[in-house]
Amino acid sequence: MTREEVFKTLSEVFQDVFDDETITVNGTTTSEDIEDWDSLEHINLIAAVEQEFGMKFTMGQVVTMKNVGEMADIIISQI
Amino acid sequence: MKALEYPFNSEYILKKSKRLKRELLEESMPRLKKKIAVLGGSTTHDIVRMLELFLLNQGIEPEFYESEYGQYFQEAMFENEELSSFAPDIIFFHTSNRNIAAYPQIEDSKEQVEELLEEQYGHFSCMWDKLRDTYHCPIIQNNFEYPFYRMLGNKDASDIHGRIRFITRLNERFYDYAQNHENFYINDINYMAAAYGLDRWSDPFYWHMYKYCMCMQAIPEFAFNLSNIIKAVFGKNKKALVLDLDNTLWGGVVGDDGAENLEIGQETSLGQVYSEFQGYIKAQKEIGVMLNVSSKNEEENALAGLSHPEGILKPEDFILIKANWEPKSINIDAIASELNILPDSLVFVDDNPAEREIVSVDVPGVAVPDIGRPEQYIHILDRSGFFEVTGLSQDDRKRNEMYKANLLREKQQAGFADYAQYLLSLSMHAVIKAFEPMYMSRIAQLTNKSNQFNLTTKRYTQSEIEQTAASADHIALYGRLEDKFGDNGIVSVVIGRKESRALHIELWIMSCRVLKRDMEYAMMDCLVQECKKEDLHTILGYYYPTAKNQMVKNFYDLQGFSKIEEDSEGNTTWEYKIPENYENKNKVIEVV
Repeated sequence: MTREEVFKTLSEVFQDVFDDETITVNGTTTSEDIEDWDSLEHINLIAAVEQEFGMKFTMGQVVTMKNVGEMADIIISQI
Repeated sequence: MKALEYPFNSEYILKKSKRLKRELLEESMPRLKKKIAVLGGSTTHDIVRMLELFLLNQGIEPEFYESEYGQYFQEAMFENEELSSFAPDIIFFHTSNRNIAAYPQIEDSKEQVEELLEEQYGHFSCMWDKLRDTYHCPIIQNNFEYPFYRMLGNKDASDIHGRIRFITRLNERFYDYAQNHENFYINDINYMAAAYGLDRWSDPFYWHMYKYCMCMQAIPEFAFNLSNIIKAVFGKNKKALVLDLDNTLWGGVVGDDGAENLEIGQETSLGQVYSEFQGYIKAQKEIGVMLNVSSKNEEENALAGLSHPEGILKPEDFILIKANWEPKSINIDAIASELNILPDSLVFVDDNPAEREIVSVDVPGVAVPDIGRPEQYIHILDRSGFFEVTGLSQDDRKRNEMYKANLLREKQQAGFADYAQYLLSLSMHAVIKAFEPMYMSRIAQLTNKSNQFNLTTKRYTQSEIEQTAASADHIALYGRLEDKFGDNGIVSVVIGRKESRALHIELWIMSCRVLKRDMEYAMMDCLVQECKKEDLHTILGYYYPTAKNQMVKNFYDLQGFSKIEEDSEGNTTWEYKIPENYENKNKVIEVV
């Protein structure tokens, strides 16, 4: 899966989780950019991403990820 | 909504919850509004998010109060203005084994372990007592799931120092409390965790990362199980099963194969599967579920199949057997109307997906579970929680007999030219009295179940019923009706509030199984008598229309009231001036 494809799939997951079809994410997207993305919704988002890509984030990764770019890097390293 | 019916896809629900909620709210479904306080010992955010979806789907529109994280004990025990102004209809304690403060130490004596058990139990029971006194509303409490490790290995289960043993004993204490206190319900997460798989359920990642006591993916199943208790408490259980026969209650097609060649009984594996399933259905009848058949068959063949010597279900276990070649939707409508219940109280069980599809489209509201393969039937029906038991009343256990007696009455009716003469022939006796302690649970149940013959559709919890009974400002009557075919149990309830020489009727309900028996007139007569005793001169009746109570739109007119007000929504107010010489309206029921 290319980085571009990962972002495309991630965008779909974000759209589902936040019920907003206008969302597209890229390497610099952060929780600041998406209104409903707070720490509680983050849990659900992580679970949905893990399920979509069939991978698991470690505790450290969940805490330290700064933007969707870092999320994509972790995903690519695991699949 | 299909996505929320068992067996559902939890990951899909978690991911799409926002959209599902939006779609549920767009449905024009009448829902009970209920206020639910969630007092948590762990994170409750997604618990509430999932619970909301399942409740909306079960006909309840919840409003939530969530405690601060982990503050269940403090919020229950100490002055809590926010909670008291919220005025919960139900309180749910979301605790888990993560909230057990101390476990036995290996060097503890037997007495010390006992003491610790008492202490841990007391931590919970004092909250329940406190909140029962304060809020008089139902309480739901999680029991404890097993821990995810066993320090003593297998001995953890039997040794008094083992955590497994300690949790088992603590749970036992919870169950004793539940047995001895009405309106207190255990949410069995120990079972849920076992069914889900304890290792996955209690994945420590979710506790240490987010302070969830179970893994994220288990939350939908947890919330669904909890929603079943809540909808049952508020009278949203299903009432009857409509069962297909061929390949549903036995293997094979009776019309083609002949009754003697059906797979039922101990001879074959599949025969054993169907026997187990028939046994399960028969046990449903014992807890008050009404059994019916809708099968595309000649009636004679259907009865031959049900009379199979190895069969556990017999023709007499069913109230209505519709074996014909009509579309099943027609039979299901007929069953609902003959039982005087609404189609949304029915569960249709059929192995054939095409039949299920037609029924779910043509008879909106009927539950149509996808029951899978024969060996899965029990599992899927059971976990769907259609008939979640919250209390077992005498009436529940006798329901099948009562409905059968009703059908006998109807048969007799055909033989009478004059309806009054028929009513007299029933030798009806009614007991109409002020609420009595032994009936409080049935009365509360009836206020939550009655939709059609219900003038105000006001719902009461058992504690509200008890308060009303004790109140000097209310007249509250129940009526039970017996006739030569059997006892119908408590079938009607009237509650009126006294205010300056007038009685305002806040609730008037009657079970549809006694429609057209003049019981409503007997109730009126007694109500008038009570009013006279208390020197009340006027009775004011209110009718609030809902999607289901059209049948009583002109009820007060029939009782001799005059309409004094009507608003744009169709709410009407009726007045009855009690005459000096009131003549009893009921002439066919002997009232004791």
